Amino acid sequence: MTRRPYIRDLPRTSWWLEQPRYIRYMAREISAAFIGIYVLLLITGLFRLSQGKAAYETFLASAEGPVGLSFAVIAMVFAIYHTYTWFQVTPKAMPLMFAGKRVPGAIIVAAHWFGFVIVSAALWLLVGS
Amino acid sequence: MSERTVELEIQRYDPEQDDAPHFQIYTVPYREDWVVLDAINYIKDELDRTLSYRWSCHMAVCGSCGMAVNGEPALACHTFLRDCPDRIRVEPLQNFPIERDLVVVTDDFIDKLGSVKPYVVPKEEKDVDDGEYLQTPAELARYKQYTACINCLLCYSACPQYALNDGFVGPAALALAHRYNLDSRDVGRGAREEVVASNPGIWECSFVGACSEVCPKSVDPAAAIQQTKIASTGDYFMSFLMPWTRK
Repeated sequence: MTRRPYIRDLPRTSWWLEQPRYIRYMAREISAAFIGIYVLLLITGLFRLSQGKAAYETFLASAEGPVGLSFAVIAMVFAIYHTYTWFQVTPKAMPLMFAGKRVPGAIIVAAHWFGFVIVSAALWLLVGS
Repeated sequence: MSERTVELEIQRYDPEQDDAPHFQIYTVPYREDWVVLDAINYIKDELDRTLSYRWSCHMAVCGSCGMAVNGEPALACHTFLRDCPDRIRVEPLQNFPIERDLVVVTDDFIDKLGSVKPYVVPKEEKDVDDGEYLQTPAELARYKQYTACINCLLCYSACPQYALNDGFVGPAALALAHRYNLDSRDVGRGAREEVVASNPGIWECSFVGACSEVCPKSVDPAAAIQQTKIASTGDYFMSFLMPWTRK
């Protein structure tokens, strides 16, 4: 009896196209790139502000142009997806015990969304409009 | 009226004759209460005795009959024909070498499982006559979900990191390491660290989460690995704050 195990390999570059759950994972990972680019834009805005009113207004005009707005919309969609996936996994990374029992994951996720809304509202009141 | 049937498209591989696996189609009767394993047993008993596969308990306890059913890692005994289309593709578990037909080579997992010391390492050995190592229900609740692992390997089959990185210790072994680390009777965490907290240990995991999605026992290996990452990161920073605790 000869042993001759057959080895199947995942394609090294296109493996993530094999299953919907891998595509969702890659979308989650790539969302960080959009958030990163958005942060760079914010820093650029601050830098332009330091250069004076005219420089800042040029920056604002380009940010409000079709390219700037389209990017902002795409970045927001990815940011929401990123937030959603991040909050969804919090019960896995931070399981809580209360009175000798596990706190249900849904409560931990809901608490994160609640905190997110409170912080967003506070920021809006402080610096918004 | 003719009897309703189901077609099973089963991947075959005979190491003595085949250079590569191929599919063979079998037609079996449909029964409302049959699982895929029943259909495969029907093939073995009635149609083709050369078909090789593993199974034992037929009730999702032994963890032997893991296969890819329509591309999804599943226990053949836990997948009803009534939940499948009329043509079912059955392949050996992905990410493992194929020994023959639906039987895979599991040596790599067995070695990795052993490397994390998946047993209670007590502070001091007690004689049996000295009684049990006692534990409260709350202490049990901390790790109980991870004890449900049946080593069925569906999680390894779903994990792209295991597929792409040969050294990755993988979901079930890391979940079991976490199970014993959380056990109040165990002091083996330090001894497991070398394997668990290494790159091929928890840090090769990028939290795809597929392992937990396919787990038939709701063990949630992805959760165990993320918790281990947090604990291990804590160890790393503590080793700077309190260098005398460094091992």
